[in-house]
Amino acid sequence: MQSKLNLNQQTIDKARASARNIAHDIQGFIDQHTTVAVERTVLRLLGVDGVDAFGTPLPNIVVDHLKAEGLLKEGAAFAMGNAMIQTGKDIQGIADAISLGELNLSTLPVADQVAIQGAISPIADAMTERIRKNRQKRNDYLSRLGEGPKPYLYVIVATGNIFEDILQAQAAARQGADVIAVIRTTGQSLLDFVPFGATTEGFGGTYATQENFRLMRKALDEVGEEVGRYIRLCNYCSGLCMPEIAAMGAMERLDVMLNDALYGILFRDINMQRTLVDQNFSRIINGFAGVIINTGEDNYLTTADAVEEAHTVLASQFINEQFALLAGLPEEQMGLGHAFEMNPTLENGFLLELSQAQMAREIFPKAPLKYMPPTKYMTGDIFKGHVQNALFNTVSIMTNQGIQLLGMLTEAIHTPLLQDRALSIDNARYVFNTMKDISSEIEFKEGGMIQTRAQKVLGEAQEMLSRIEGDGLMETIAQGKFADVKRARDGGKGLDGVTIKGDYYFNPFVERMLGGVR
Amino acid sequence: MSTMIDLTQVKPYGDTLNDGMMQFCFTLPVPHGDEAIEAAKQLLAKMGMDEPSVVHARDLGVGYTMFVAYGKCTHTVDYTTIVVPKVEGDVMDKYSVEAYIAENFDREITIVGACSGTDAHTVGIDAIFNMKGFDGHYGLERYKGINAINMGSQVPNEELIAKAVEVNADAILVSQIVTQKDVHIHNLTNLIELLEAEGLRDKMIVACGGPRINHELAKELGFDAGFGPGTYAENVASFIVTRLAAKA
Repeated sequence: MQSKLNLNQQTIDKARASARNIAHDIQGFIDQHTTVAVERTVLRLLGVDGVDAFGTPLPNIVVDHLKAEGLLKEGAAFAMGNAMIQTGKDIQGIADAISLGELNLSTLPVADQVAIQGAISPIADAMTERIRKNRQKRNDYLSRLGEGPKPYLYVIVATGNIFEDILQAQAAARQGADVIAVIRTTGQSLLDFVPFGATTEGFGGTYATQENFRLMRKALDEVGEEVGRYIRLCNYCSGLCMPEIAAMGAMERLDVMLNDALYGILFRDINMQRTLVDQNFSRIINGFAGVIINTGEDNYLTTADAVEEAHTVLASQFINEQFALLAGLPEEQMGLGHAFEMNPTLENGFLLELSQAQMAREIFPKAPLKYMPPTKYMTGDIFKGHVQNALFNTVSIMTNQGIQLLGMLTEAIHTPLLQDRALSIDNARYVFNTMKDISSEIEFKEGGMIQTRAQKVLGEAQEMLSRIEGDGLMETIAQGKFADVKRARDGGKGLDGVTIKGDYYFNPFVERMLGGVR
Repeated sequence: MSTMIDLTQVKPYGDTLNDGMMQFCFTLPVPHGDEAIEAAKQLLAKMGMDEPSVVHARDLGVGYTMFVAYGKCTHTVDYTTIVVPKVEGDVMDKYSVEAYIAENFDREITIVGACSGTDAHTVGIDAIFNMKGFDGHYGLERYKGINAINMGSQVPNEELIAKAVEVNADAILVSQIVTQKDVHIHNLTNLIELLEAEGLRDKMIVACGGPRINHELAKELGFDAGFGPGTYAENVASFIVTRLAAKA
């Protein structure tokens, strides 16, 4: 692509090299550790499902048991494989027996490591195949039904009731939406378990459960057939159950997942060691499942100023890119995030937004960039809000963004009404159609405001990455360099769920998904 | 203000005084068509609109229809008799709180919060504390001039107090969501008793919040304030900084 911004390729390469070193440095730590969430995910992928009489998910019961008995460090696959050999039960039978207090895995003799891996192998193969087939099924749909043009129109539903969500999602698809995201209920990211079954009560959103995923997938497949377009389903792979949500999404053929390496640390005060280990496995799963991840850099700008802190967004995009690559997630699945969050009263603010969006486009040419709408400066003035969203849509089509999270004119007021969503889709379709080929028709003035701004932001991001490379990522976060938020290495939620791997540890899905045939 | 306006009988202004003109946008769960438009007009008539007129009707795709409509309001209100009770102590927004701190204090205000006792539901304390805040209202962690420490869930009162002493806190915030068998009353009472026993009660502001908590109950239990549903960080922050300034 011809650069419209006259960006210095050497600066880009230098920034990317620093980000690569930063991610590699952390990967060493990640490879030595596992977490309760990772092991619950392994259990889910091995087929453990359901809840006990008190509603506690069986993956939690088994992992809590492993932790209490000091077996967590060898991993759930090792413990379950051994239990299969020693008891003759299948995986779910073992989980049930632990739940009923009839089986204590620490009292079992330990079989040969190769035999244990052999016991797990066919189960892991079957699940890997199921996920690979889901990926194939998505591709079949895409080739048969096709998809909407980019930028994809992405809207949220958030009623709290999955059945009401389905009605709204189908309406949105008929109105023209390409991606439906089901917002999670307030606080789900801090639950250290995934709720079970279809749910009808949530606060500002709907629980992410495997059954809710399945119900919505089915509804979107149906409406997709009707409108002649594959409708993508999105959920939130973040919080304390990051990899579990990824696994559930892979099993139920979700297409898009919010999945940021640093978001939970900064915005949910989840411990950084926990999040970094969890994000790796979640991305391995998302990568294999063909899921487009959406990173959360836009959130930085709801905290920090979009003009002053623009370079931190770019720096984080570089870091997210490298962590994703290490997890086997290709560039085509990296929906790196950024946002239209500058103060609307700023003179020439539109030019700066245009500059930032074009810069991201040029630096990450293959990524389906996720562009987030104005939120911070949205008010109860819905008429102005609709105009702000129109300008946001204009930047997007001028810079070829990948996924357009549609702004709602009632953003600052309530979760979208049915009609709000229709109005925002109309807004985007109007702008995207009337300006369809504008990006190939325009260039930016050499040395003008737009070029100069992008060059400045890139330079600052490169310097920041170079400093992080020297200080280390964990130290940089502890200093509050991202989004003005300080998080200590040993602070936050979920640290007690992190453990160093033992000598017999194995995760059967990492090798299959990282190296497997896609 | 024009002398032609009768403040005892005020009605909407479109482009002529007392034309009563109002603008509407709403959705009815009926399929798009002439019947839908008639339904919208009848609804507007029932709302007291003369000459209801649907200027736009759009199929929303699930057998529902959105309307843009106008009507002339037949109702009036008596502006001269209106009395709005004002909440004592103004609630400032985030930026005003930050400015207030900069003006009145030459240090950071330290606030320690927790979801205490056995309660594991951090949704309330997180809504007040977390960066991201709640419902578009940023949390205390994002406030300049406030050092906000969220201890999370299931924090014993003893640990909460120890932390408050360690960081020399100006205020303690406690969230209680679970109220089965009045567990929150026992726990909140216990906190105040412990603070009094340590001689700390008057050294800091102590407030509580939750869906079953109100200001009256909180005062009764010995707290400085209680915050019920619909409370955001700015409500809590405004109270703390103004009370602190008054104490100083």
